[in-house]
Amino acid sequence: METTLLIYLFFIFLLSAVLGFELISKVPSTLHTPLMSGSNAISGIAIVGALLAAGSGTDDTLSRWLGLIALIAATVNVVGGYLVTDRMLEMFKKKGDKR
Amino acid sequence: MNHWIDIAYMLSAGAFIFGIKQLSSPDTARRGNMLSASGMLLAIIVTLLNKGILDFQWIVVGVVAGTVIGALAARLVAMTSMPEMVALFNGSGGLASLLVAWEAHRRSPSPEVFQNATVLISVFIGALTFTGSLIAWGKLSGKLPGRPFLFPGQKPLNLVLILAVVGLTVAFCAGGGANLTFFHIVLGVALLLGVLTTIPIGGADMPVIIALLNSYSGLAACATGFVLRNNVLVVTGSLVGASGIILTQIMCKAMNRSLGNVLFSGFGSASTSKKQDKIEGEVKPISVEDTFILLEAARSVAVVPGYGMAVAQAQHAVHELGQILEANGAQVQYAIHPVAGRMPGHMNVLLAEANVPYEQLVEMEAINPVMETVDVCLIIGANDIVNPAAAEDPSSPIHGMPIIEAHKARTVIVMKRSMASGFAGIDNALFFRENSRMLFGDARQTLQGLVAEFKG
Repeated sequence: METTLLIYLFFIFLLSAVLGFELISKVPSTLHTPLMSGSNAISGIAIVGALLAAGSGTDDTLSRWLGLIALIAATVNVVGGYLVTDRMLEMFKKKGDKR
Repeated sequence: MNHWIDIAYMLSAGAFIFGIKQLSSPDTARRGNMLSASGMLLAIIVTLLNKGILDFQWIVVGVVAGTVIGALAARLVAMTSMPEMVALFNGSGGLASLLVAWEAHRRSPSPEVFQNATVLISVFIGALTFTGSLIAWGKLSGKLPGRPFLFPGQKPLNLVLILAVVGLTVAFCAGGGANLTFFHIVLGVALLLGVLTTIPIGGADMPVIIALLNSYSGLAACATGFVLRNNVLVVTGSLVGASGIILTQIMCKAMNRSLGNVLFSGFGSASTSKKQDKIEGEVKPISVEDTFILLEAARSVAVVPGYGMAVAQAQHAVHELGQILEANGAQVQYAIHPVAGRMPGHMNVLLAEANVPYEQLVEMEAINPVMETVDVCLIIGANDIVNPAAAEDPSSPIHGMPIIEAHKARTVIVMKRSMASGFAGIDNALFFRENSRMLFGDARQTLQGLVAEFKG
């Protein structure tokens, strides 16, 4: 069972990496900065692990702190990343667009 | 219940994928980002429903603190400081992955080789991303010197440290993950390596390193996904990892250098900038008044911005002048070199902030064939990316780098603070050309002076 799970994880790793290459090569250079900050926000998905770590209810002090700091760092990454990307994308205007 | 969580994670992954897809056009990009954010929200909510979460007190503290910090940072940062902001966010992503893997190992230690290897890989990449990003942030924000920092034995030292990490990882896994000393040494060495591998990178090579750190932060999340056996982390982490690698490749190609050369050569430091032959000729300064006369008569103007425009915060003044020139009947284009500025797409964001419509931004490949028809090419704070030596002088350190061929325009006006050389530490042959004029001074003030001439 364990080996099956790992093979399955490697499988989706491979597929998503290929998909990532395909998707990103189509992004125009104009949008490279928002792409970076946006994909950076997505990599804050570690927040899923951080929530489990911070909420484990463990008695171990070090574990608690690791979980808490991980959660703060991941939340900064997610919230800050998405907001700053939105702020940038809002500025990309076509000719004649009103502000 | 667990199946529902997995299905929700799948939907989140789908939202990320389609969100990135919508980033392929400025029209849909904002919606794409929202879609991606809602995918993240979904992932967070279903995770909170997980039975493994027993204590919500610390979660509330962490989420509130993180949200306040993140939201404030995102709102307050100036657009010109975006590269350092992205570096910091990269770093926080790396830190989160590192700590999650560490905590997972403490809470549920496993004797399995694969599990322990993924824990260490995750910790290693996360730590490398974290300190590497901090150094990049320091360099970009000017808190650390931007020039490459080299010392004798740097490369052998890095190699020894990497070999030590590999050896310790093998020992840690062989010992069933019980020896925490090995773990702590790997963590320390990884933190150190993040510093050591980033300090030799010079200012203008920052676009490459930012993209690479972006990739690392994704790979760190991906490795953490293997630790936690969590599919959404694996999918998402590899997407981001791939994205960073592509951007890294694009940036390297735009400088005609390999990634290895960017990472290890200390390009731009005094030792690598060979003495080249003194360029014959003299530079011809021009006044604001004479520039105004040239611009007033121009039918076609190309603006080439560089890092100097960001430093002088001149993007709004650039657009104001551009609008006046258009009203005066000229065609105005903004030619953007892929590595202009300090991060991929840096110039595009600044000009977008100043309300320049994105249709007016043209890429290097599009402007070069029509450069001969341009009456005035206005260079604002750019240097190496318009140096004709890259195309013509095989002895030049930047030979072979694709450039915006500004020298082919009828007249070139170079706005510059002084005659100081660019990042590559070499003289720019463009300044000595027959059709070049140097307009010295602060870019913003000079542009405002030109605007005043048109209005007056």
